[in-house]
Amino acid sequence: MALRSLATRKTLTLGLNSTRLTQSRALQTFSLPDLPYDYGALEPAISGEIMQLHHQKHHQTYITNYNKALEQLHEAIQKGDFSTVAKLQSAIKFNGGGHINHSIFWQNIAPIREEGGEPPKGSLGWAIDTNFGSLESLIQKINAEGAALQGSGWVWLGLDKELKKLVIETTANQDPLVTKGAHLVPLLGIDVWEHAYYLQYKNVRPDYLKNIWKVINWKYANGVYEKESA
Amino acid sequence: MACHLLLTDFTLPLKSPKLSHSRQQRKGRSNGSRKVSTTVAYYGLKTPPYNLDGLEPYMSKRALEVHWGVRHRGFVEDLNRQLRKSDILYGYTMDELVKTTFNNGNPLPEFNNVAEAWNHDFFWESMQPGGGDMPKLGLLGQIEKDFGSFTNFREKFVETALSLFGSGWVWLVLKRQDKRLAVVKTSNSINPIVWEGIPILNLDMWEHAYYLDYKNDKAKYVSMFMNHLVSWNAATDLLETCKLTATRICRAPYLGGFEPDICFIERYR
Repeated sequence: MALRSLATRKTLTLGLNSTRLTQSRALQTFSLPDLPYDYGALEPAISGEIMQLHHQKHHQTYITNYNKALEQLHEAIQKGDFSTVAKLQSAIKFNGGGHINHSIFWQNIAPIREEGGEPPKGSLGWAIDTNFGSLESLIQKINAEGAALQGSGWVWLGLDKELKKLVIETTANQDPLVTKGAHLVPLLGIDVWEHAYYLQYKNVRPDYLKNIWKVINWKYANGVYEKESA
Repeated sequence: MACHLLLTDFTLPLKSPKLSHSRQQRKGRSNGSRKVSTTVAYYGLKTPPYNLDGLEPYMSKRALEVHWGVRHRGFVEDLNRQLRKSDILYGYTMDELVKTTFNNGNPLPEFNNVAEAWNHDFFWESMQPGGGDMPKLGLLGQIEKDFGSFTNFREKFVETALSLFGSGWVWLVLKRQDKRLAVVKTSNSINPIVWEGIPILNLDMWEHAYYLDYKNDKAKYVSMFMNHLVSWNAATDLLETCKLTATRICRAPYLGGFEPDICFIERYR
């Protein structure tokens, strides 16, 4: 293993002065996805002010810092600077996770006039009844987990592809659902960081959790479920 | 932090100096026969040592009404509710309760409430109207000794605050064993008194602490804190007390070679 990495390092050092285009792996940069609805379209469940800050400031910052961390990682790998590679891992997990999680989140919610809040039909609706008894029971459990989460994080409805069942999980900070299990696929994630609700709901996270179901986009979750359980 | 003997929960307009952090007031537990009593030991909600609009315009009255009046109050009330059911945790000072319920990294249910009550008490006292500027004499000397210069310290404090992932606190602590000051960050409700750290100042970096006034602009919040809010008077008071008073401190196992800047509960699982 040591010999192989030494050989790789030599190759990389030789290529150090060449431009980025000649690197063996191109550096991908990420950009902020557009929302498929206006900032104010989810009111009164989530205010337009929150949506705008959440998207333009918070999500954008994760992307900016993710790109920066990836660039630094790229350079560190080039130089064989393992200590920096190791140090960057938490920034990559945090900012990359922030980007992934928020990208899912924007699709998890939709304006009421675009069927936001409409209960799940199709196979996901059946799976929810099978796994949890009813949609109400699922919502109650998710809200309880979300309210109990200390600090910042997410509450998820996921599909365990291996065990073929639905699960409720929480993750801390910006850890993606996969950190709780390699076979877990996120269907629905609810951001319980304070920035997601504080301006509107202040300390009362349970009220935010109660109201967000009015704009949950079950169509999207059902689509992911059907694709992943095929 | 004294253990208050109260019949009802009421706010005490105490302008108590930080001496109360290290004062031990152990109330004896009643052994033998159980007495039927309506008196129990509860914690009270201390008011900040200034009016709720006293930190304007850097921290609004509205922010304090919610942060202190609702959130901090909530921790105290929830803690009291939990303690009503507990014989074992009766009669602890808040310091003792924080350390005991931390339970060496496997925290008991009461930990979050008592730690956040502690942290917020300390936070209000870490600020004052007309704060900011620089410490004088002894504390300044100590900072210059341990950080090189006040500017270095300030940079370190700001950088630590802004690099915190998720919710947490930034602290200026005195490390007794090392005999030096240090800046540390902690996650969620962790408090450096559970390790070798005597808090001198703290800054709440949970989003709720700054969102109403600064939205996502953490950098501006931290800057305003350093420039206009931080109470070097309170810090100086506390540092002098620390040096004189013996305080029981729990040592924690640090991962070898790493600076204990980040304290996560996960490390102790």
